[in-house]
Amino acid sequence: MDDFGSPALRRLLEAFGGAVRETHAQRGDATARVEAERIVEVLRFLRDEPALAFEMLSDLTAVDYLGRAPRFEVVYHLYSITHNHRVRVKAGVPESPCQIDSVVELWPAANWMEREVWDLYGIRFRNHPDLRRILLYEEFEGHPLRKDYPKERRQPLVGPRN
Amino acid sequence: MAHARTLDDDLEKDLHTEHQVLNMGPSHPATHGTVKFLIELDGETIVDLDIAVGYLHRGFEKECESGTWYQAIPYTDRLNYNSAILANIGYCLAVEKLLELETPERCAWLRTLAGELARIADHLTRCGAACLELQAMTPFLYGIEARELTWDLMEMLCGARVTSNYVRIGGVKHDMPASFPAACRENIAKIRGLLGDYDEVVTRNRLFVDRLRGTGLISRQDCIRYAVTGPLLRAAGVPLDLRKDEPYLKYAEVDFDVPIGEVGDNYDRYLVCVEEMQQSLRIVEQCLVALERLGPGPVNVDDPRVRWPAKGRVFNAMEELIQQFKAVTEGPLVPAGEAYHAIESANGELGFYVVSDGTAVPWKVRCRPPSLINLQPMPLMLRGAMLADLIPTFDFINMIGGECDR
Repeated sequence: MDDFGSPALRRLLEAFGGAVRETHAQRGDATARVEAERIVEVLRFLRDEPALAFEMLSDLTAVDYLGRAPRFEVVYHLYSITHNHRVRVKAGVPESPCQIDSVVELWPAANWMEREVWDLYGIRFRNHPDLRRILLYEEFEGHPLRKDYPKERRQPLVGPRN
Repeated sequence: MAHARTLDDDLEKDLHTEHQVLNMGPSHPATHGTVKFLIELDGETIVDLDIAVGYLHRGFEKECESGTWYQAIPYTDRLNYNSAILANIGYCLAVEKLLELETPERCAWLRTLAGELARIADHLTRCGAACLELQAMTPFLYGIEARELTWDLMEMLCGARVTSNYVRIGGVKHDMPASFPAACRENIAKIRGLLGDYDEVVTRNRLFVDRLRGTGLISRQDCIRYAVTGPLLRAAGVPLDLRKDEPYLKYAEVDFDVPIGEVGDNYDRYLVCVEEMQQSLRIVEQCLVALERLGPGPVNVDDPRVRWPAKGRVFNAMEELIQQFKAVTEGPLVPAGEAYHAIESANGELGFYVVSDGTAVPWKVRCRPPSLINLQPMPLMLRGAMLADLIPTFDFINMIGGECDR
């Protein structure tokens, strides 16, 4: 697989050649799709490898590719303050079991980001310390950013809680 | 023996210190944002804090997936309503990255100028409201008066004061009016004056300094672990500013400094914000000079995929009429792929991750909200602090509900 001149992709391919499924650098964004089972291992390597030093988890989100297998992709955007470079790591998540390992142990920043993905996409994060809904309320039915959730769907009325 | 106990021990023993949970919000006069805090208190000391966000959630990302790429721009106005134009810019830059478009030079200068005016408005709101919530009305009015001046300029530029809707994919709505540079220079002078007045009342004010110094502390390492960016991270001493580190628009061509703090308390945050406003004023002045030097020119990219034809031609030529019709009803087709573009908004890294399946409707628009991510370590800043410290800390995190909850 090609590293597109990105040091992050090169080091990643050297260390985890077998776990990297695909790389690309569309519009200059170095991207690697890796096996979901090894996501924590891969991200720990990217964080701790001194030549890469991705200290910051800039963003964590998911995309629903309805009709494709695996259906979901969890997307991690990493940024290194030391080297001023970025990398995007993606991992496919199937519809069932809809889960992936949490990266809160690597970056506490992932806590709320993973809660948001759980809330809006219904992807469970294993070993997450506090996986509750964050933007919506507990009684909300369904996960609205899934492509098969119609925008017009009404939710049942929820009474006051005590 | 029991008699040997001191009076102090007796007092300690009988003191009933059960923790109590205080519910603050979701609508509280001392927080300028809709958020609920569940505060576990030991007397007046904060033991733990749980933050409930989401009260302003209105499905921004879901809405974006049901319109054209253009139709998402007004929604971005409603993210951070203090500096709406920065979200416009961030979104359009991400879509332009996907389209591989290069905007004309004049457009890039106009965007830089408008973005810096918005940054000033945002910082003025943050610093002004912080004073208000610490019971100081006068500096708040100085700040709001200065913010009005930036909004007057915004009105000249795009016809709206708050929700600008000025930036387009591949350009801006229109060029600045001829009277803009003079008005801008006049208002810059007035804003400098007001910032001076504000500074005199606040910066060395004993009450203000006592409330801010040493409160809301967070270390450099914790900021990075929690992905905190913007003035909060810079106040903790990390000189990360995407305008310098990943220069976009015209930031590589303007001269400005990145102020940083030492310890990362609220007072450092305040000083960083105040200095950033001065630096932004410098950038605005340089943009005006550059725009005058550049002279009149196009402000929209001449690319048939995103261009709207000139109105005069639409009414008189069949080709342009068809093009206009298709641009309005279908919107631009964006090639399949994904792109992430981050800008330095007033609160920190504002990123847009856009995914296209090659149609005129976005497959996914993700906004990386600095407000939400900067709010997350707030319990860390406040454990062991006094309840009263919560107010200035929350003020300087500057959580904006529209952007936090989307």
